[in-house]
Amino acid sequence: MPRLTATQRHSVRFRLNGHPVEGSAEPRMQLADFLRHELGATGTHVGCEHGVCGACTVLVDGMLTRSCLTLAVQVDGCDVRTVEGLAPERGRLSVLQAAFRRHHGLQCGFCTPGVLMSLDRYLSTNPNPTEDQLRELLSGHLCRCTGYTPIIRAAMEAAATLASSTRQEDSTHV
Amino acid sequence: MKPAAFDYVRADTLDEALAVLAAEGGDARIIAGGQSLMAMLNMRLARPKVLVDIMRIGDLDRIAEERGRIVVGAGVRQAKLLAWSELAAKLPLVALALPWTGHEQTRSRGTICGSVAHADPSAETPLCLIALEGEVHLRSARRRRVVAAGDFITGMMNTARQDDEMIEAVSFPIRAGNGYGFREVARRHGDFAITACAAIASANGIRLAVAGVADKPEVRNWPDLDGSALDDALNAFAYELDARDDIHATARYRRDLVRQIGREVIMEARRCRA
Amino acid sequence: MGHPAATPSSATAQDSAWIGRSMERVEDAALLSGNGRFIDDLGVRPGTLYAAILRSPHAHADILSIDTMAAKAAPGVAAVLVGADVKALTASLVVGVKAPVECWPIAMDRVRYVGEPVAVVVASDRYKAEDALDLIDVRYAPRPSVIDPLAAITPGAPLVHDGFPNNVASDRHFSYGDPEGAFASAAHRIAIDINYPRNSCTPIETYGVIAEYNVNDGAYDILANFQGPFSIHAVISRALKLPGNRVRLRTPPDSGGSFGVKQGVFPYIVLIAAAARVAGRPVKWIEDRLEHLCASNSATNRATTLSAAVDATGKILALDWDQVEDCGAHLRAPEPATLYRMHGNLTGAYDIRHMRVRNRVIVTNKTPTGLNRGFGGPQVYFALERLMQCIAVELDFDPLDVIQRNVVPSGAFPYRTAPGALLDSGDYVKALELGASSGGLEELKARRAAARAEGRIYGIGYAAIVEPSVSNMGYLSTVLTLAERRKAGPKNGAQATATVSIDPVGAVSVHISSVPQGQGHRTVVAQVIADIFGVVPQDVRVNTEVDTAKDAWSIASGNYSSRFAAAVAGTVKIAADRIAARLKRIAASHLNVEADDVTFSNGKVHSQSNPDNAMPFARVAALSHWSPGSLPDDVGHTIRETVFWTPPELAAPDDADRINSSLCYGFIFDYCGVEIDRVTGEVRIDRYVTTHDCGTILHPGMVDGQIRGGFGQGFGAALLEEFAYAPDGSFLAGTFADYLVPTATEIPNPVIVHMQTPSPFTPLGAKGVGEGNCMSTPVCIANAVADALGEKNITLPLVPARVRALIAGDEPPAPAGVTTQPRSRKPGDRGLQGEGSAEVGASPQAVWDMLLDPNTLQAVIPGCHSVEKVSDTHFRAEVTLGIGPVKGKYRAEVKLSDLDPPHAVTLSGSADGALGHGAGEGRITLVPREGGGTTLTYKYDAEIGGKVASIGGRLLDGATRVIIGQFFSALAHRAGGGGAADGAASGLRAWLRALFGGAR
Repeated sequence: MPRLTATQRHSVRFRLNGHPVEGSAEPRMQLADFLRHELGATGTHVGCEHGVCGACTVLVDGMLTRSCLTLAVQVDGCDVRTVEGLAPERGRLSVLQAAFRRHHGLQCGFCTPGVLMSLDRYLSTNPNPTEDQLRELLSGHLCRCTGYTPIIRAAMEAAATLASSTRQEDSTHV
Repeated sequence: MKPAAFDYVRADTLDEALAVLAAEGGDARIIAGGQSLMAMLNMRLARPKVLVDIMRIGDLDRIAEERGRIVVGAGVRQAKLLAWSELAAKLPLVALALPWTGHEQTRSRGTICGSVAHADPSAETPLCLIALEGEVHLRSARRRRVVAAGDFITGMMNTARQDDEMIEAVSFPIRAGNGYGFREVARRHGDFAITACAAIASANGIRLAVAGVADKPEVRNWPDLDGSALDDALNAFAYELDARDDIHATARYRRDLVRQIGREVIMEARRCRA
Repeated sequence: MGHPAATPSSATAQDSAWIGRSMERVEDAALLSGNGRFIDDLGVRPGTLYAAILRSPHAHADILSIDTMAAKAAPGVAAVLVGADVKALTASLVVGVKAPVECWPIAMDRVRYVGEPVAVVVASDRYKAEDALDLIDVRYAPRPSVIDPLAAITPGAPLVHDGFPNNVASDRHFSYGDPEGAFASAAHRIAIDINYPRNSCTPIETYGVIAEYNVNDGAYDILANFQGPFSIHAVISRALKLPGNRVRLRTPPDSGGSFGVKQGVFPYIVLIAAAARVAGRPVKWIEDRLEHLCASNSATNRATTLSAAVDATGKILALDWDQVEDCGAHLRAPEPATLYRMHGNLTGAYDIRHMRVRNRVIVTNKTPTGLNRGFGGPQVYFALERLMQCIAVELDFDPLDVIQRNVVPSGAFPYRTAPGALLDSGDYVKALELGASSGGLEELKARRAAARAEGRIYGIGYAAIVEPSVSNMGYLSTVLTLAERRKAGPKNGAQATATVSIDPVGAVSVHISSVPQGQGHRTVVAQVIADIFGVVPQDVRVNTEVDTAKDAWSIASGNYSSRFAAAVAGTVKIAADRIAARLKRIAASHLNVEADDVTFSNGKVHSQSNPDNAMPFARVAALSHWSPGSLPDDVGHTIRETVFWTPPELAAPDDADRINSSLCYGFIFDYCGVEIDRVTGEVRIDRYVTTHDCGTILHPGMVDGQIRGGFGQGFGAALLEEFAYAPDGSFLAGTFADYLVPTATEIPNPVIVHMQTPSPFTPLGAKGVGEGNCMSTPVCIANAVADALGEKNITLPLVPARVRALIAGDEPPAPAGVTTQPRSRKPGDRGLQGEGSAEVGASPQAVWDMLLDPNTLQAVIPGCHSVEKVSDTHFRAEVTLGIGPVKGKYRAEVKLSDLDPPHAVTLSGSADGALGHGAGEGRITLVPREGGGTTLTYKYDAEIGGKVASIGGRLLDGATRVIIGQFFSALAHRAGGGGAADGAASGLRAWLRALFGGAR
């Protein structure tokens, strides 16, 4: 049972988008600050620091997580996924990201990383969402630019694309 | 908007966590999902000297049926209980109310017991626990005790938990044949309830619990009232809750909701009663 | 004079390859991949320090002392600045009107709003800087505050600034035509009173500043997510007491939304620059959300009385405006611009020839105001369009008939309004018809009829407005009298800039000083260039960062008044056309054709008549680098072209105070159907239709994006959002759980209808489109609610409790035996009253002695560490108060008065700490009980303010009652309490029961 003292920095290690990372943090450091300023993963944004706006949403061990409501030391040893890990490879966009671009699902792009994390997670387990389900999911995110409709359209299209590609994969396996 | 400094203990066993509480008392605070506590830490509303993280303790994330009760351990996240396949069958009221708690992104981290420990007067989980006559299982290094939910929450964010105690689990009795109704009015989806009403219709009559109005969820038991008798009972309850004005709603509005939504959920519960 | 034909599809779009297409944005791949470059994503120089700001918990108070000793000694702290330190290095920010008033970015000796900066800590990281804030000890002497704008101008109201008599900063009267005659002869005079609330567009990225002072150069280098207008650069350099060339202001590549709001970062630019100079190191400050909501900037709230002279047919003959504009605690640049931005189009979309205006600009103890999307439009159109609906109701016309009867007629454009706007183009009559038919108005009316037949509450609302864009930099001088204007010199125009460059391999780069925050400027500019040079947009690189030390910019630069499409994109076209003309002459000499025959397409420069006679664009474009000597003699070069463009229509106000306040005026016609839930009072939008004529559409996807975004914010202003203040000036919307921004579950998808009447005054025919729905949507929804309820007095935001109050009848009375607490006077009022009683074993005399004994007080004051006896009836204490995990340290004062030993005493107290402050007074009476003991009864009145009020308002009253209850319970306990008496308030009774008979 380690007791991490308040005034010192302590080593924190976890997997970030599949790669091992390490940095040091005081116990009080928010995961969002650790990702951004210790690890340089600035794709995750900070909008409110009280868990409402959703811009800082990441995945920790598969769970949607407000990284402002999480301490860096809490995720030691965990699997953390952020917006930087969504694309299949550098310089390309995932199906969801490409759908956002096609439907103008973003303007300033500040809330977008958190929105993408929620949708990516949700679509991976709910391949045929209704618009109402997506709107309810997105009620955990604030966007001031788009009025949300283009985001919903992008997500619906991405879901359809992913579902059809899954069907294709299934049929090729048969 | 950064927390004040604190020590952090990642407890591997319950005994370790309890030892810190025994030694530090009120200066220590349990962190589980952290969805309420972390916001308070960031705003420096709360300044514990040490945080005890209990989420790595094995066995705490258990949902189990024991002696006619559903026991929910301190490590069970709201999303896990919501996804539990037997929830609607065993605890229909919880199945109705839990989707109203926060958002998918906070339910995935926040815990059931943490919500009870926090004792927010608008929160759905304490409302359900009190409505269902559930129990809070407290544990300290010196003893274990079980407190009825109605006695556990003593006021706004105030509970009967002693400084050296933590909630090990909460338990909900399973009651076959009852009917349930739940409805909540909030400014936006996922916001704190302006008024939340939970009704249980049993063979003995009706039980109505209300959150968001008084300092804690309040309950009334009535026989199967109807018509003006039910109106009068709801009206008296509405006034007894001593509602307040804030920027989201007026006291009058809250009383109106208790009268109207209260009646709605009672009717709904009766319809569902076996 | 004829007018351009309005057609649903753009002629321009058909002519061109890229303009008019919804191509994917060049900005998006990086933003979607986590590779955006927002200010907090950029690295800083080694040794950079971090700032945190201590802010006033009081709406109005004198600062008696600030003790920074402990903060300066705290680990990691490099500097602590208070007002005097800033004053030593800077000058007051200029104030928008002539008055003996100063405006500082930090309080000097008096705070005037909750959230006003009081001290700045500079430390090695933000966490440590905030630690040190906790160690600063500020003593305040609160003053009475004034919050309501009409109360502020009432004689005897507390003065916010001694230099603004009656809190009035400006009071101007205007008259156009013959309003007196029109009102005298009109059949009807119809009026409405409006109180438009405060709100803000709250971008999700907050303010950020990184500043550095080079002591050798005597110059500042500042990076900030400022958005313009860059007229503010002059304000900043003046405040920093340097010429502008020693204040280098840069903006980051990306900015996370602004909607006007980030104009308000400029006082912090001055403040952080001063901190960097004191610290001798670069200093970075990122505003947090609590700071942003409480103290960044707000749209103005406004009290308006608007009257119309109306003839029997519903035609409006004259308007009479009386506007009281509340700019908050300081008149910060560019205020009072919110009030004057709309001045030329105060007649809205209507042909009204006579108008009288009284404009008062006033100050109150609230956050200073600034740019917010819509900027003056929401306030004006809420009054004007509510009035249109009232005219229809009072004269029993259909509201749309009244609109149609009054709009500027087709064929009248360009149309000069009475107060001076030149409405550039449009066909309002046709747009009304198009909107009604395309959006299904008749069907909506049928839905209303059906709903009403079923007893449901349903209404339809309308709004028809003109949306101004490209502000005249001279409009603000309308606030000055003619004599003052003559003295100050003319102000007019709106210089837009664009620089097009070609590099040695013929690649095209463009720089514009438009500072976008997500509007896709880089994409549209690439489209404009692609069409002119015949290349693909992906090959064009556009830079929108501004560096005042290197780039072409003017005071009009920046992203505001929806000026991009109309002015900036058009200026890009002018610059590119100039280079294209020269390239044609160069190519003509190589292709042996006339320059007129040369054209650009598919990456080639070629002869129009013989397309095979061609050269690669890149080769022609690069010649100016490689062989300038072989270019035709008078071509000059094609390497770089910078154009400054200002439209001649933007003249200074004339001697009769007529002002063409904007260059373009789009037209919007909105209508919606709403249904109101009879039980909850919730307003549900059944259908919302918004018709826009914004001239030529450059990028349909982005235009719809702007409409949807503005609609979302207008929807929020109508139904959810308010910067609420208590009467004592406490700020009540300090978190995103209190300031409610609409989410995906609330905002419906509006039906969008387009019509395109190109502007004759802009290079591309485009007009602004970004702000219109912030102006039209709040009042359109309000008109629908007014129609649904048959109610005239509609106040925003339409929160369910407020709507329900309009439909609920009298409340059923409380049953006998249930007493309710006397409650605060109105919603949001911080006054808290309560009462309770306890039965104790001790005699009244014994209880009395305890009350006057410091030891007893120490024992009964919750969380008391020490009590100091100042006099027999005055005690000072250090206490820790709180509920649950929320605990804070406070300095408390307790005074006893009206002593009636041993029967009654008045106990007054105050507490002051980091989490807030409170004051209260309670009367305690002691009545002997039969058979010994005492019944102790208390009644109290308390007020709480500061941080806990702004971020914990939902729980505050309950928490306060718990804490006051703790005091009396402890007192009763110490006096041998046995149980609570009947009749005590239920909350306290429960608490006392828990304490005495419950779990312990």
